[in-house]
Amino acid sequence: MTEDDTDEVEEQKQWVVSPGPHIKGPKSIDKVMMLVIIALLPATAAGVYYFGPYVLFVIGVSIVTALLTEMIIKRLRKRPFHMDGSAILTGLLLALVLPPRIPLWAVVIGSAFAISIAKEAFGGLGHNIFNPALAGRAFLAVSFTGLMTRWIMPVDSMGADAVTGATPLGEGFTREITNELYRDLLLGNVGGSIGETSALLLMVGGVLLISLKIINWRIPLVYIGTVFAFTLVLGEDPLFHILAGGLMIGAFFMATDYVTAPLTDTGKIVFALGCGILTVSIRLFGGMPEGVAFSILIMNGLTPLIDGHFIPKPLGYQKPEPEDEDESKEGGK
Amino acid sequence: MATNPFWKRSGGVKVPHRKLSQGKAIEQAPLPEEVIVPMGQHLGAPAVPLVKKKDEVKAGQLIAEPGGFISANIHSPVSGTVKNIITMLNVVTSKPMEAIVIESDGQDRQETMPPLKDWKKRSNEDILARIKDAGIVGLGGATFPTHVKLSPPPGKTIDTIILNGAECEPYITSDHRTMLEHGSSIVEGIEILMKLLDCKNVHVAIEKNKPDAIARMKELVSKAGLNTVQITIMPTVYPMGAEKTLVKNLLDREVPMGGLPLDVGVVVQNVSTVKAVHDAVVAGRPLIDRVVTVTGSVGEPKNLMVRFGTPASALVEHCGGVLGDADEVIFGGPMMGISQFSLDAPITKGTNCVLIKKAEVCEERDCFRCSSCIDACPMGLMPTMYVQYAKKKRYEECAELYHIDNCVECGSCTFSCPAKIPLVQYIKVAKAELRKLRAKK
Repeated sequence: MTEDDTDEVEEQKQWVVSPGPHIKGPKSIDKVMMLVIIALLPATAAGVYYFGPYVLFVIGVSIVTALLTEMIIKRLRKRPFHMDGSAILTGLLLALVLPPRIPLWAVVIGSAFAISIAKEAFGGLGHNIFNPALAGRAFLAVSFTGLMTRWIMPVDSMGADAVTGATPLGEGFTREITNELYRDLLLGNVGGSIGETSALLLMVGGVLLISLKIINWRIPLVYIGTVFAFTLVLGEDPLFHILAGGLMIGAFFMATDYVTAPLTDTGKIVFALGCGILTVSIRLFGGMPEGVAFSILIMNGLTPLIDGHFIPKPLGYQKPEPEDEDESKEGGK
Repeated sequence: MATNPFWKRSGGVKVPHRKLSQGKAIEQAPLPEEVIVPMGQHLGAPAVPLVKKKDEVKAGQLIAEPGGFISANIHSPVSGTVKNIITMLNVVTSKPMEAIVIESDGQDRQETMPPLKDWKKRSNEDILARIKDAGIVGLGGATFPTHVKLSPPPGKTIDTIILNGAECEPYITSDHRTMLEHGSSIVEGIEILMKLLDCKNVHVAIEKNKPDAIARMKELVSKAGLNTVQITIMPTVYPMGAEKTLVKNLLDREVPMGGLPLDVGVVVQNVSTVKAVHDAVVAGRPLIDRVVTVTGSVGEPKNLMVRFGTPASALVEHCGGVLGDADEVIFGGPMMGISQFSLDAPITKGTNCVLIKKAEVCEERDCFRCSSCIDACPMGLMPTMYVQYAKKKRYEECAELYHIDNCVECGSCTFSCPAKIPLVQYIKVAKAELRKLRAKK
């Protein structure tokens, strides 16, 4: 090209031609992930407060393992790694549903499983069928049942030795259902997984996400509501059942995972209803004291079916004329 | 206002308003030296030129006639000489079409039709013929020939007329200013529509963010003593101004899939179109100009009265030129407007806005199934499914399972998508492929 040619090209301004819309909303994947992480911080802080500084190592190891696993696998799959916060969130969520004194090597295994098998093997963010954090927890529960059922009581001061004890839903739990127990369940002053004990702080985070329109209120409301109603019908104490165990973290933070829950409002209600019925069934009739994780995982597996079945009727939808056309066509033959 | 139960969504998104030019009175744009008058300025068949090279024309003289039933007349926007008849790309559809290039003589010699001041005594046929002669099309952007819309087929009764003054797109203020400055023409236009459609029940739908226009229209309507005309305040939610959304939100009636508002007894007309109807009938003025909002990254955003065929570059220059590193020129609003290849693209009947802005380039990520697009869709569709199926080239499922034909391409899904997926683009591809498949059958 001669110099004159380039001059001429430069004179004509090149306009960008892009498809509409030409403005984009403020929501992004990174922001969504960050807000969910922020919403989990109160419950995380409660975990540290009740179970001592060791849980910080559990959380840290879980997050770092998740990030490294994702980076390595993206590299192996020759796909770009995005620091979108989803791996951090998976690592954090997994840590919050682990027992407070779990050995760190087990955390590494669980976190690596969650990212590598449950998430990346299916194609990465958006393609996984099962909630990665719950899948990691389930993997550890069946692989190292002993470690995963060793619970401790909240420690009074940071340095005190941990005392083992039963979780509220466990068989050895002997406390009477009193207002004091409700208060402890709300605040988190009971045995259990790192981040699941304070129902109140989990609700604070969940309501924050609902008010920011990050999560859909239908899932937690229907899930918790179903557990309440079902246990009431079965003659159990419904308030105890919604406050104890992993229901709050499950209903607000696990069942609402975008990727593994149904897309439509109706689908979400059906999904949450299923989660609720399964949770109560496992708790009361199953061999395990708690059923939130497995209930959600089972319903995750049903999500594609629910999505295919509950397609919303568009505005102005009219039922297709029943078979009339086909008959006339057949008659024409 | 129809109220939705809180568990049922009506879709739509909150878009930034950015109505930079709402306080600026309509200003006459300088007369262009040369106009390029495209034959495809309306929905339907392109018009057919009636003039040839070197013909002398006056402003308002008929230069092209309808090329089919759904088509419209086109008049010369300026007086001068036909310089050439060229082939150019349609500014909306990018399909090739004819255009008449006219060199202005600067005299602006006008030719008008006889005013029908006594329209109240005239027959509907006379008035409709006038609207057709004047080449009026929907000025909201869809450019459907108005005389066709105002002649409902026999058997369809119209019980409600909606005047669309929602103007839900960001930036655009042309309808807003038209209501403020030409409100009395609109009110007389309403009376013409009421006579034509034999319908007394009229709603003037205006979004809540235009309180001055609401007040002005209320005042004028009550002054005219039209007590069956209501000024209805609509919530500021995009795309409130889309015909089917407006009918649903205002009357709680659902236009059937593939149908028109007249299927549920409604005719929707843009406020600027009604003003044009008034001008054609009462003043005998053919449609040769319109209000265009020139806005975005320009020296001074303005509302200009522009002759059709004026190159956008002349308007942008009149408004102080392009500012900074803006690199995109859009005809229409930022949600549904069309990017232009050149700043010299001519203003046509459907161009309500020339928006200059910096293109927002976003990296597309994988869908993480957040349902934002489903919640945002005003038509109750599942936009993310079109992306999934279009990527797999399974276009038929888009239509059969997910009703893609119902999509109005308003862009709410793309706007709301946190993964920055250009959903509308996938939808357009899927629709185009479906058209090909259906043509084969």
